[in-house]
Amino acid sequence: MEEKLWIKAGLTDSEYELLTKHMGREPNTVELALYAQMWSEHCGYTHTRPLFKHFLTTGPRIVQGPGENAGIVDIDDDEVITFKLESHNHPSAIAPFQGAATGVGGIIRDILAMGAYPVASLNSLHFGHPGEGGHTRWLISEVIHGIGEYGNCVGVPTVGGEVRFANAYKGNPLVNAMCVGFMKKSEIKKAIATGVGNSLMIVGNLTGRDGMGGASFASKDLEEENDEDRGAIQVGDPFMEKLLIEACLEVFEEDYVVGVQDMGAAGILSSSVETASKAGNGVEIDVALVPKREEAMRPEEVMISESQERMLLIVKKGMEDNVNKIFHKWDLHAVVIGQVTDDGMYRVLENGKTVGEVPVWSLMDAPTYILDAKVPAHLEHTQSFDLESVPVPDDLNATLIQMLSAPDICSKEWVYRQYDHRVQMNTVVKPGSDAAIIRIKGRDKGVGITMDSNGRYCYLNPRIGAQSVVAESARNQVVSGAEPIAITDGLNFGNPEKPDVYYQLEQSIIGISEACRALDTPVIGGNASLYNKTPEFGDIYPTPIIGMTGLVKSLKHVTTSDFKDAGDYIVLVGETKNEIGASEYLDHIHNLITGDVPALDLKVEREAQNYILDAIRKGLVKSAHDLGDGGLAVALAESCIQGGLGAKVTVDHDFRSDAILFGESQTRFLLTASEAQVDKLIDLASKAGVEAAVIGKTTDQAMLTIMNGSEPLIDVAIADCEKSFKTGFDKLMKTEN
Amino acid sequence: MNWGVLLFPGSNCAEDCFHVVDQVLGEPVRYLWHKDTDLGDVDAIILPGGFSYGDHLRPGAIAHFSKAMASVKQFAEDGGLVIGICNGFQILTESRMLPGSLLQNRGLKFLCQDQTLRVENTQSPFTSDFAEGEVFICPIAHNEGNYYADPETIAEMEANGQILFRYSSPEGEVSDATNPNGSINNIAGIINRKGNVVGMMPHPERSADEVLGLSDGKKVFTSMLKHLSAIHS
Repeated sequence: MEEKLWIKAGLTDSEYELLTKHMGREPNTVELALYAQMWSEHCGYTHTRPLFKHFLTTGPRIVQGPGENAGIVDIDDDEVITFKLESHNHPSAIAPFQGAATGVGGIIRDILAMGAYPVASLNSLHFGHPGEGGHTRWLISEVIHGIGEYGNCVGVPTVGGEVRFANAYKGNPLVNAMCVGFMKKSEIKKAIATGVGNSLMIVGNLTGRDGMGGASFASKDLEEENDEDRGAIQVGDPFMEKLLIEACLEVFEEDYVVGVQDMGAAGILSSSVETASKAGNGVEIDVALVPKREEAMRPEEVMISESQERMLLIVKKGMEDNVNKIFHKWDLHAVVIGQVTDDGMYRVLENGKTVGEVPVWSLMDAPTYILDAKVPAHLEHTQSFDLESVPVPDDLNATLIQMLSAPDICSKEWVYRQYDHRVQMNTVVKPGSDAAIIRIKGRDKGVGITMDSNGRYCYLNPRIGAQSVVAESARNQVVSGAEPIAITDGLNFGNPEKPDVYYQLEQSIIGISEACRALDTPVIGGNASLYNKTPEFGDIYPTPIIGMTGLVKSLKHVTTSDFKDAGDYIVLVGETKNEIGASEYLDHIHNLITGDVPALDLKVEREAQNYILDAIRKGLVKSAHDLGDGGLAVALAESCIQGGLGAKVTVDHDFRSDAILFGESQTRFLLTASEAQVDKLIDLASKAGVEAAVIGKTTDQAMLTIMNGSEPLIDVAIADCEKSFKTGFDKLMKTEN
Repeated sequence: MNWGVLLFPGSNCAEDCFHVVDQVLGEPVRYLWHKDTDLGDVDAIILPGGFSYGDHLRPGAIAHFSKAMASVKQFAEDGGLVIGICNGFQILTESRMLPGSLLQNRGLKFLCQDQTLRVENTQSPFTSDFAEGEVFICPIAHNEGNYYADPETIAEMEANGQILFRYSSPEGEVSDATNPNGSINNIAGIINRKGNVVGMMPHPERSADEVLGLSDGKKVFTSMLKHLSAIHS
């Protein structure tokens, strides 16, 4: 039997039945294509939308929550920042250079559409283990090259992010890009098509067949025979994007435009539907008017093409020539392709003749699914795994050296030196620290920006794992001197139609929500990328990625993790417990991905973070670092390496030494203070009810020594640590196999 | 003094250069547009970094044919100060206003890092505020920064003191190990024979605002200002 047309388009029988009910008749091919795109997970959030109700989305600094191209937060002085992240996983799996490049370009346009100047980019990348295959190393090289080529040319600094590795991502890498924009409050633009008779203008690139059906492509599994989806890969032109940014911002300075929307997934279609829906209006678009780079494109191809570097402007009637004049100055076109109507219909014309017509609301009314959830089978044995059966290594010095070259821990300078991280001259703290900090020109303030995830934690405990990721993001902010403001979340999961994956999705969202409420960091937007699985490797780890921004109230508060001077006191904040479950240590040293994640108390977390920020603002802290992957020993080594100093510390615990050194007990920080300030730092902690203790001092001996009581655990040269840390990634990328 | 920053489509460091002249030097500055032939009343011109015309064909190759560049050449012939930074340097070599050319980095990758430079000649309008042999940090960010010229040209430039900056270690040592991109003789910046046109791959503007932790690159701009003030007084 021949496959039904709607099934081929990616719709189900019941969805087809529903849309015919909405329309009152059977759709033609153009109309069917409209529904297939708008009702995909990528555009319609069919599986994730019902779960979004958990999110806290409002707060005193929240100017714009979810629902626009990007959320907006207030950073005082009538100034705001807007930020969002977006995934480009599927395109990057097939064409890593272009997939990653267009991911950067797409998220920059989301920020531009808010009326803001894009001031910083970050990215969170997940790959298979680089030492285990040439294909993985090719993906890594190409993705990083693509991000660099696009970001460097477009002139937006790539200031930070993360690169993480696990074989769960082999074959289905994750490429999530985040962009931050800056503007005055008065400059905010909305994606809305108000004013019947106003013009829809397309600006930027020509429309071609590249990126056909990308939204529905992103909403299914990566099949082995995916070559036919190659047409769904977009091609980026950062030079065009740079011109588009300049021209759009020049147009926005005038009073010509009532609404702006970037053309991302499902191109002209989704951008225009969303603007019309928001205004309660209709729109009509004549595909013959769209400037094209290919001949004989069918109407539905024009509507859903994902050609890059295009924006939709809703322009006041009579102002079209003025808009075009500015674009012409930048050697770009701005072409009227349709207008706002009052009948609430989405009408596609070709040379004036109607070729498709459906109600706007029905395209936005994608059906949602609450699926069956089932606890994943693996949790039963990972959570009951006997961690005491894991042997403690004989040579802990060697273990530390080995940890420092673990792919998730070692220096990523190999990566970020390929990114221009200084252009625009705002980068106060560059890549390689806990958070990137950019300054706001002309003010004594800045913005902290982070991207964090931990797929292994979420795999072993989706709810607490997700909480921990939000908490870690906030830790990275406070140790840098920034007060956490809000997050954008990237929900990267496997196939949600499988009950165990749906469970991971649901529990992760609940975990994010709980942490965001406890830490007062609302969710102001995000992205969902489901169906991340390949036949060979199965579903990816559940990987919520948290992009967070924070406010640095004075640049005097900017703090970094490197030890500053020999003789400073080292203070450990937080409690170290016998917790090695789910750790980087178990994974990297024992090849075990098991156990439960460390415990997390969100109330204690909030109090500790408030304390850190308070201490930094009072000027008591010389360096600050959060304890993350690899625990105390790795954090100490990192601060020593970065500062070119040694450290001598003594702790006192009655449990296994690997847990003391490498366990990842949550809510811990490493601070240093001068002799004159250290008592005040400890006093402040006891007043705040936060556990903090002096554990040692920095030295100019270039050795790291860690004692447990009188028992020596670690005694290594910083030079050896540094060598392992700095050459680890290079070595992995040079593996021959 | 009036400064001009020439804006090409794809220039992305123009605002940074503008910021330094305007906010750090406190001098009058305006943008010059690539389509204009009349540059107006300017005393110094900065060709900023970026990707003019998307680096299509070759970095700087298309900018060389822009209307404004014909006027920049005339401005330089009349003795005006011109500095090209990064892509601006590439434009100056493509325009033959400076000898040699910039090849792809020998590591075949874009390279962004804080780089130490050694000042080789302080007897120029662009370097007079530096001490002899001074070493300072000046960030680089380029894919095609590998300076090349034929051996006779290099010998002539060396003999004439036309090398202004070399890539060095923090201690001022110049060797292959301190060469980030493969440039001949570690050349990071040069000046023309006449002494009024400079090209350099590192970004002195990124090392000119103390808030960002680096500020010695500012001396390139203060040297220029001092020179201009002297000839105008």
